[in-house]
Amino acid sequence: MIQATYPLIFAALLFCVGVYGVLSRRNAVLVLMSVEMMLASVTINLVTFGEIARTADALLTGQVFALFVIAVGAAEVGVGLAIILLLYRNRASVNIDEADLMKY
Amino acid sequence: MVSDYAWLVPVLPATSALLIMAIGRQLPKKGAEIGIVAITAALLLSGAIAVEVFGANVDAAAEAHHGEEGDHGEEEADDHAAAGVQVASLGGDAGLLAAAPGEEPKGENHAFVNEKSVVLTPLGEGYEMEAGIRIDGLTAMMFLLVTFVSLMVQVYSTGYMHGDPRFTYFFTLLSIFTASMLTLVIANNMMMVLVGWELVGVCSFLLIGFWWEGKQNSSAAIKAFLTTRFGDVGLMIGVITLWSMFRTFNIGEILASVEAGTMAGGAELNTGMLTFGLLALFLGAVGKSAQFPLHTWLPDAMAGPTPVSALIHAATMVTAGIFLVARLYPAYQESPVALAVIAVVGTITLFMAGLLALVQDDLKKVLAYSTVSQLGYMVAALAFSYTAGIFHLFTHGFFKALLFLGAGSVIHAVHSNNMSDMGGLKRYMPITFWTFMIGSLALMAIPPLAGFWSKDEVLAGALSAGGYTGYLLAILGALGGLVTAFYMTRVLWLVFAGPFRGHGTPHESGPAMAAPLAILAVPAALIGFINLPFDRFHSSGFAAWTMFDTRYFEGHPAIFNFPLALTASALAIVGLVVGTLLYRRIPEREPMLRMGLFSKVLVNRYYLDHLYTDAITRTAIRDKLGPAMYWVNDRIIDRIVYGAGAFAGRLGRVTYKHFDQRAIDGALNGMAGGAGFMGREIFRKFQSGNVQLYAGGMFLGVFILAVVFATAG
Repeated sequence: MIQATYPLIFAALLFCVGVYGVLSRRNAVLVLMSVEMMLASVTINLVTFGEIARTADALLTGQVFALFVIAVGAAEVGVGLAIILLLYRNRASVNIDEADLMKY
Repeated sequence: MVSDYAWLVPVLPATSALLIMAIGRQLPKKGAEIGIVAITAALLLSGAIAVEVFGANVDAAAEAHHGEEGDHGEEEADDHAAAGVQVASLGGDAGLLAAAPGEEPKGENHAFVNEKSVVLTPLGEGYEMEAGIRIDGLTAMMFLLVTFVSLMVQVYSTGYMHGDPRFTYFFTLLSIFTASMLTLVIANNMMMVLVGWELVGVCSFLLIGFWWEGKQNSSAAIKAFLTTRFGDVGLMIGVITLWSMFRTFNIGEILASVEAGTMAGGAELNTGMLTFGLLALFLGAVGKSAQFPLHTWLPDAMAGPTPVSALIHAATMVTAGIFLVARLYPAYQESPVALAVIAVVGTITLFMAGLLALVQDDLKKVLAYSTVSQLGYMVAALAFSYTAGIFHLFTHGFFKALLFLGAGSVIHAVHSNNMSDMGGLKRYMPITFWTFMIGSLALMAIPPLAGFWSKDEVLAGALSAGGYTGYLLAILGALGGLVTAFYMTRVLWLVFAGPFRGHGTPHESGPAMAAPLAILAVPAALIGFINLPFDRFHSSGFAAWTMFDTRYFEGHPAIFNFPLALTASALAIVGLVVGTLLYRRIPEREPMLRMGLFSKVLVNRYYLDHLYTDAITRTAIRDKLGPAMYWVNDRIIDRIVYGAGAFAGRLGRVTYKHFDQRAIDGALNGMAGGAGFMGREIFRKFQSGNVQLYAGGMFLGVFILAVVFATAG
């Protein structure tokens, strides 16, 4: 159990960094990167908890789950980058503060 | 028993009415054939019922007679029960059968009654509304009369109404009319009587106003309807009174209670109340059977097509009142006051209406007044002798139907109702002439035609009963016979003798109209022989056939008063001779109109119509009561109404100003304004469009939830 504490703390820190990045960056690419960071921390958590909850019936559940999350994350990045690209094409800027059309 | 299927008799014409309405127009005879087939079936069934009732009642009468003469031992009493007489009383009249056979022979009643009913709906407190049949001699007699006359009228109408645009509708109405009357006749309870009664009224309204395009016709229909409705109020009061006394609408139970002298709950019979109820019912009969003073609608009802007049006068409408009194006759017997009123009203009617017939130029109106007069005979006769009243009803039905159909044939030929446009028709219309002659002689009560026997029965019954009313009826009835003979002679000469005074060339009616005349002439001549007053148990079947009670039958033996019959016949012949002398050569001026005040009063119909329309409706109601009511309405009721209105208005304004505008509107506006303010000033700030602000909110929310779950868990 002791060994599990470090990856969890690490994942929490990584997550917080990601949150900070999402909330504070103005550049849409950096925001996307921060999101990926949060995703990575969650993946670490999955592997960690998979180890903790490992039984004879479910040896690799956490690892397999992590693989799924990485695959989905790759797809998500593809979509996210496409959005940012379109944003840039339309506005010649990736400043996220300027993309405020969705208001009252 | 055939009479178990008696319900078919009214159902057949009712069904045919529906069929005619549905498919009549498509048929080759425009629906007439359905009506005729249905009524023929009903007639055959009525005949079978009549035979059954006749057999049972004649046996019962003979048995009862026998039992009274001989010593009524146990053995004989058993015979009574075994002879099938008891079978005849199946299903009804437990009260009348209460006396065990043999113990008290005087208390027995073996008259045929077949009563059946189904419960329609419970009325609460254990009472039930039922629909049922009550077949006894009276019903069987009425069945035969109504279906026979209706058949004749329908056959006749195929000729008379030929080419009428509403031919099919006419036959629908004839069928409904007949069905209504049969319902009234078959009813075993007062509610059903009431229903049939009102249906008859509606049908007569529709048929009298059949040619409603003429204003005169539609107002005649309305007059007939309103006048009979006036009487119907009495009928309704009577039915309610009887209900309140006996707590049943069932006629058998009412009669049994009256006979037992008890009311509902075993209380002693309240004779005063019974008299009131019976007189109220009689008011209904006065309206329907056109008795003085409500007779004025009947002559106006001549506006309808002539076959309808025949049906109304002979079978379906005016006989309803007589039927009602006859139906409740055992109850009427208990109330001498009611009987006296009936006698007086009938006697006044018979004499007064007979005189009115003298001055009419309209052929149908002569016949109409003669119907009123004959109805007077029937009503008055009921006060003294049940048999005489309904026997006269029966014979009169045949010869009056014959006379009306004959008159229709004449009218059809000359296209006018007025006798001043007729004359000499004997040459052109021999069948009509001879049948009309037979009908007239029967109406004049010339022996041995039908009218003689029944009218003689009436007069003899009245004379033997005696008393003021009895002598009044006997004397005025005999004099009325003179008047009857006179006006019918006048009609015969004016219509059939002398030169033709109308336009064109009249011709005999076709077979559809001539055949019913010829058929009706037979009973008009011969039907009187079914009740010869000499030997009750062999030849006079009618009294036994229609009896409601063997004791009544026993207690009212046939009377043949030879001097009376001779006097009445002599008076009729005097009328005939005087009429012949006056009208043999068509007089220059109508002698009936040359008798000063007498003629004037008659022409104006005793001023009764003036009394009703001018004095009562116009002067009293329109000029006096109307303004008075207007004043009350204007000054008192309107003030109250206006006051209430103004108060309500003021209350409304106050409410509007203080409550609606301030409280309710204030609350609503406040809520709406509050919501608007929140949106405009506060929540708007959150909707900045800044993605990072949203994300921050989301993280904050998740954080708070995490803290909450962590501390709560």
